[in-house]
Amino acid sequence: MAGFQFFLEVLVTGLLSGVMYALVALGFVLIYKASGVFNFAQGAMVFFAALSFVGFMELGAPFWLALPITVGLMALLGVGIERFVLRPLVNQHEITLLMATIGLTFVIEGLAQLVWGVEVRRLDLGIKDQPLPWLADNTGLFISQIDIFAAVVAGVLVATLALVFSRTKIGRALRAVADDHAAALSIGIPLKRIWALVWAIAGVVALVAGMLWGARSGVQFALVFVALKALPVLIIGGFTSVPGVIVAGLIVGAAEKLAEVYIGPMVGGGIESWFPYVLAILFLLVRPEGLFGEKIIRRV
Amino acid sequence: MFDDGISRSLRGLVAAVAVAAATLVPALAQAQGKEQYFGIPSYRVGPFAAGGTGFFGGIIDYLQYVNMKEGGVNGVQMVWAECETEYNAARGVECYQRLLKKGDLQMHIFEPLATPIAYGVLNRVDDDKVVLTQYGYGRSDAADGRVFPWVFSTMTSYWSQASAILNWISTKEGGVDKMKGKKIAHLHLDSAFGREPLPVLRRLAKDWGFELIEIPVAAPGIEQQAQWLRIRQERADWVISWGFGAGMNSTAINSAARINFPREKMVGVWWAGSEEDVLPAGDAAKGYFAAANVPSGKQFPLVQDIEKVVYGAGKGNLSDPKRIGNIYWNRGVTAGIFWVEAVRNGQRIANKRGQMLNGDEMRLGFEALNLTPARLKELGIEGMLPSFKLSCADHEGAGVVKIIQWDGAKWNSVTPDWVSSDRKMIREMVEESAAKYAAEQKITPRKC
Amino acid sequence: MFYREAGQFRTSYGQDGQIFPLRQDRWAMLALLAAAVLVVPMVASDYWLRALLIPWLIFSLVALGQNILTGYAGQLSLGSAGFMAVGAFACYNFMLRVDGMPFLVALVLSGLCAAAVGMAFGLPSLRIRGLYLAVATLAAQFFIVWALDKFGWFKNNDPSGVITAQPIVILGMGFNTPQEKYLLVLGIVVVLALLAKNMARGATGRAWMAVRDMDVAAEVMGLPLMRTKLQAFAISSFYCGVGGALFAFAYLGTVEPSAFTIDMSFRILFMIIIGGVGTILGSFLGAGFILLLPIFLSVLFHAVAGKTVDASITSAVELIVFGALIIVFLIVEPHGLARLWQLTKERLRLWPFPH
Repeated sequence: MAGFQFFLEVLVTGLLSGVMYALVALGFVLIYKASGVFNFAQGAMVFFAALSFVGFMELGAPFWLALPITVGLMALLGVGIERFVLRPLVNQHEITLLMATIGLTFVIEGLAQLVWGVEVRRLDLGIKDQPLPWLADNTGLFISQIDIFAAVVAGVLVATLALVFSRTKIGRALRAVADDHAAALSIGIPLKRIWALVWAIAGVVALVAGMLWGARSGVQFALVFVALKALPVLIIGGFTSVPGVIVAGLIVGAAEKLAEVYIGPMVGGGIESWFPYVLAILFLLVRPEGLFGEKIIRRV
Repeated sequence: MFDDGISRSLRGLVAAVAVAAATLVPALAQAQGKEQYFGIPSYRVGPFAAGGTGFFGGIIDYLQYVNMKEGGVNGVQMVWAECETEYNAARGVECYQRLLKKGDLQMHIFEPLATPIAYGVLNRVDDDKVVLTQYGYGRSDAADGRVFPWVFSTMTSYWSQASAILNWISTKEGGVDKMKGKKIAHLHLDSAFGREPLPVLRRLAKDWGFELIEIPVAAPGIEQQAQWLRIRQERADWVISWGFGAGMNSTAINSAARINFPREKMVGVWWAGSEEDVLPAGDAAKGYFAAANVPSGKQFPLVQDIEKVVYGAGKGNLSDPKRIGNIYWNRGVTAGIFWVEAVRNGQRIANKRGQMLNGDEMRLGFEALNLTPARLKELGIEGMLPSFKLSCADHEGAGVVKIIQWDGAKWNSVTPDWVSSDRKMIREMVEESAAKYAAEQKITPRKC
Repeated sequence: MFYREAGQFRTSYGQDGQIFPLRQDRWAMLALLAAAVLVVPMVASDYWLRALLIPWLIFSLVALGQNILTGYAGQLSLGSAGFMAVGAFACYNFMLRVDGMPFLVALVLSGLCAAAVGMAFGLPSLRIRGLYLAVATLAAQFFIVWALDKFGWFKNNDPSGVITAQPIVILGMGFNTPQEKYLLVLGIVVVLALLAKNMARGATGRAWMAVRDMDVAAEVMGLPLMRTKLQAFAISSFYCGVGGALFAFAYLGTVEPSAFTIDMSFRILFMIIIGGVGTILGSFLGAGFILLLPIFLSVLFHAVAGKTVDASITSAVELIVFGALIIVFLIVEPHGLARLWQLTKERLRLWPFPH
């Protein structure tokens, strides 16, 4: 196979993988942007969402019913988290909040396994995980249909969220809360409701990410680890930027795959576990708040 | 007011600590007559829970079956206690210590089904007189019973399995001489487990003349795009899928489908050959091969009897009875069979019919494991296990696998007989490696 | 009533600068140490020593290292398990390749190796801070484990990819029984904890705390920022490295690189948060809490539910309760167990008077 064609295939595959990472990272960004909390439980939420969706379908609900029920469940989870975990910890140090979300990870993981069991499940979105035929025939590139579908979904989601943030009243309220809680309170923005809303939206994003990842890898516990893939994306993109997440995702995905294919064999392979993180450090050395993150101004 | 909050939480903390201290003192169990106690370090949560619940469920179901059907072994009831290890070395070691003694009873067989935990307790089993069974995983060189008196790698180690898989591939290619020039990709989890068969694969590559392409996958392995693109570029003829965890294994199958790599040219290690590994991949998994140390299926008389006797009385361990006959559950049942046979043998050898065994007697019983074809038929597991026996020097026994294929709904055996490894070569490698270990650790191998 | 402080005068600078200025505290500490050294080895069962006390001491040591870095110097780091791995493998290799290497020397050298690696991965902290630094230190965690796993030289080309720790022999005496191992670990931990306490009380600790509170102001004041931060990384990694070596030699015995997981790094961070950030005592209390709580839950549930409830359910419930208790604890006392202890001591000093 021609060298350039192979390179192209690796590149495109990497870009599409990166989109999948960005989907997961999106949930992190939403919550951090609005409440300043780094929600480590996002990976567990992805798992829980996907598992609940498949669980409801197994209980007999058809696709078009299970979806809104799961959305409702995730929204409920978000509200519950805000009420029982975040509100008592308002104003605490960010490490404490981070630790609380890690504790939350255990709770959600345990809950998911308790309620839905530990069996591995299949998620069929009706889209085959096979190469797109006309692309394969015309260019010899094997690009999976699910990857392309995921890219489209992610694009739509990011565009929607970006529009919501910049054009709607709710979006303005969210941005105000992200900027300064006290000031937002003082002009009458209902802080608790906004937080509950953000966590609910993050839950829905987790559901979308969970469904796409679940369709590719099966709905089982390893989905929790997709959060670790999303962290370098967050660093490079900046914790507070929604478009940054997509750009960073593309960078991480492409770089990771290209490195694994071209550099990997020279050092024995398996470098995907640390390469994105080292890449993130290199980016941070140049831009300590990520490519699109807000510059933190510290006053002495 | 501030103080009250603190006092309350303080008092709560003190109370909790007191309760904790009380519960940690192991309760004295009343020795109720004659019992043989087993500690079961199970994992029922976490990424491998699907397999764990099946395997440990199978063991418990078989022990329950022996108690119910035969009243134990010569009247000695099988009793057990569980401890959750979460597939974690530190938790596993703590479980080992906690399960070791239960009142007057002590456990003498430990099967964690987890390499990190097996390694964590490897150094303790000698002193505690506990048989570490490593059923189908762990150190391959533990097959040399002279260097590892208390460690077993029943009934087929990783090295034997790799050799057997390659033997089978060579038959599909038309003979060992046809293997020259072929490309075999070893797609593996980038860990000790994944690299374990490499000595065997590399040696066979040299002897037979095929090219071995080693392709590691970083944990947890739910992203394998880069690896499969490499496989495509190299134009591998066969892929040995040496993964662990449903995420990694089903992703391997899906990724193969994405580049149109024929699933019929993939052979999975037995950790990649269970229902949980192929179900998420759906139709893409049709035609995928795997090695199995115990095939799946409910056609075996013992399996049907367990379903009738144990599940019929509502004492089954699996929460979903549809899993009876699945790969992990069947494997668990055979593990239980090994344990009970060891007890039977031990009672016979030590002349302690109807009594509890101690550590040395249990080990003697385990080493006397002799599953003849007649015995297999008696137990109702003909075809489920090969006929093999252990000995003082040979802690592996069989060194064979069955090759199974997924047809979309279930696994079917494609080899009516068991596929063997190159016993002579493997034993040579085992003894060499064990000797090196003994020299490094300054152990004198025992005489057998 | 417990603390009769009347008559206790401090008449010299030396006396004023003691760690335990009150006589009762000194006696209590001595009694505790005496009990730990004399009573515990005779009374404690094998289970307690091997499965509870030794890992508790080892993880207290590692938590101390983490506390130095995150609690005192304010550098959020998630790479502690990686540095433990460096220590463990370095110790193994020193004992293996240098003939007649004394164990304690190997221990110190492996700590220094870990310190060097820690400094290398601490360099980004000069430019990055906060949560970004935390995620960057994950690079250390993943890279170290990958490197140790990949290159067989670290494991003496063992076919199974593990290292089996050599028996510990110091000055001709073997330390192989649980009691001996416990005493050895206790000794090392006490010495290093004392060192840490003195560092924290002294100029070094003050420099760290200045960097933690406002590093720009500290730099303006004349504190060498790079040196202070790297020193914190180095010392913290030294402690983690020694802890890791003890983890391999005195606790598990056989260890593979992937035993040092990111989950372990998180638990260590948990230990210092729950125990009390920026305190020495907090490391010990937090390590005890995080290690013992899951075991306590497991024993409790098995005792309560036992045969009646499916073991899968009890395992899942253990996980839920563990996570919930952590959240509850963070809500109730965000400053950790050390603060609870401090408040208790204040009450005890006044008791039975209210103020």
